[in-house]
Amino acid sequence: MRTVWRTARLAERHAQTRSGRSLVFTVPGWPGHLPGQHLDVRLTADDGYQAVRSYSLAAPADGDRVELGVQAVPGGEVSPYLADELPVGAAVEMRGPLGNWFVWSGAGDEPVLLVAGGSGVVPLASMVRARRATGSPSAFHLLYSVRGPDELWYREDLLHEDPLLDVRIVYTRRSPQEADREPGRVLPADLRAPTARLEPASPAYVCGPTGFVESVADLLVGLGRDPATVRTERFG
Amino acid sequence: MADTSDHLDGNCLAGPLSEILALEPTTAWWRCPQCARSGPLAGLHVYGPEPGLTARCPGCAYIALRLVRQGEHVWLTVGGGTGAFRFRVTP
Repeated sequence: MRTVWRTARLAERHAQTRSGRSLVFTVPGWPGHLPGQHLDVRLTADDGYQAVRSYSLAAPADGDRVELGVQAVPGGEVSPYLADELPVGAAVEMRGPLGNWFVWSGAGDEPVLLVAGGSGVVPLASMVRARRATGSPSAFHLLYSVRGPDELWYREDLLHEDPLLDVRIVYTRRSPQEADREPGRVLPADLRAPTARLEPASPAYVCGPTGFVESVADLLVGLGRDPATVRTERFG
Repeated sequence: MADTSDHLDGNCLAGPLSEILALEPTTAWWRCPQCARSGPLAGLHVYGPEPGLTARCPGCAYIALRLVRQGEHVWLTVGGGTGAFRFRVTP
């Protein structure tokens, strides 16, 4: 699979959270992508030094328009620069789309479970938006774990009234007053209701920090999900 | 730099392996010769930091492959032994 580096120009930047950004690039020749796929971004410094990082695509294919979700990691070499410093109109290089494993094909009609930890919601948002855009009959159940109410990405898309999208938010540090649960990490009780609505072949997509992904994948298997139906993606 | 004490997974090999493979690699099936666990390349645990990546069995940590990027070369070792394939790639 010969992938080439393409020039990508930053077109729009939107704040999602205090340190999370939606970045929209224009990438002439972009071949399109599937919901859940990622790409590599390459930055080249004046002295020729290069850094490559992977980012998830946040929206379904839309011509040469490519939307990424970038969480600025404090002290990071690339993410704080992309999140807040790269000027609109400036260019980076991109190669992709990458990865056919963590992908929702949209082919079936079975319900789907999505479990996100923090900015792990980015590729799952692409799946949610794709389902809405294609009118797929699959019901999506999203369990979204965030530290506090100010850490929610894609509020408009995820909290918008949709009979085929059920969203449950787990706050790990600070809950809003109306929350029906004490702050804390995802527990079996949080997953029981959404998994009860799945079919045996329903896929589960779990994305987040490594510890979160391992823990949730174990909980899902503990709740009787077939490990072969659980697809995971970890980030550092 | 990213925290290197944590592993990533085989999804992150899609880009680096695309430089030397003709097919998308993350859905490729692999069976561990040590513990017999099997699954997709995407499910392997990947340890950095770049430019050297080591992919291990998620069950027993047996080394599945190692990938090193050095200038215009990519070195690929299958398994944990010695004897790497060196590919010349476009910078």
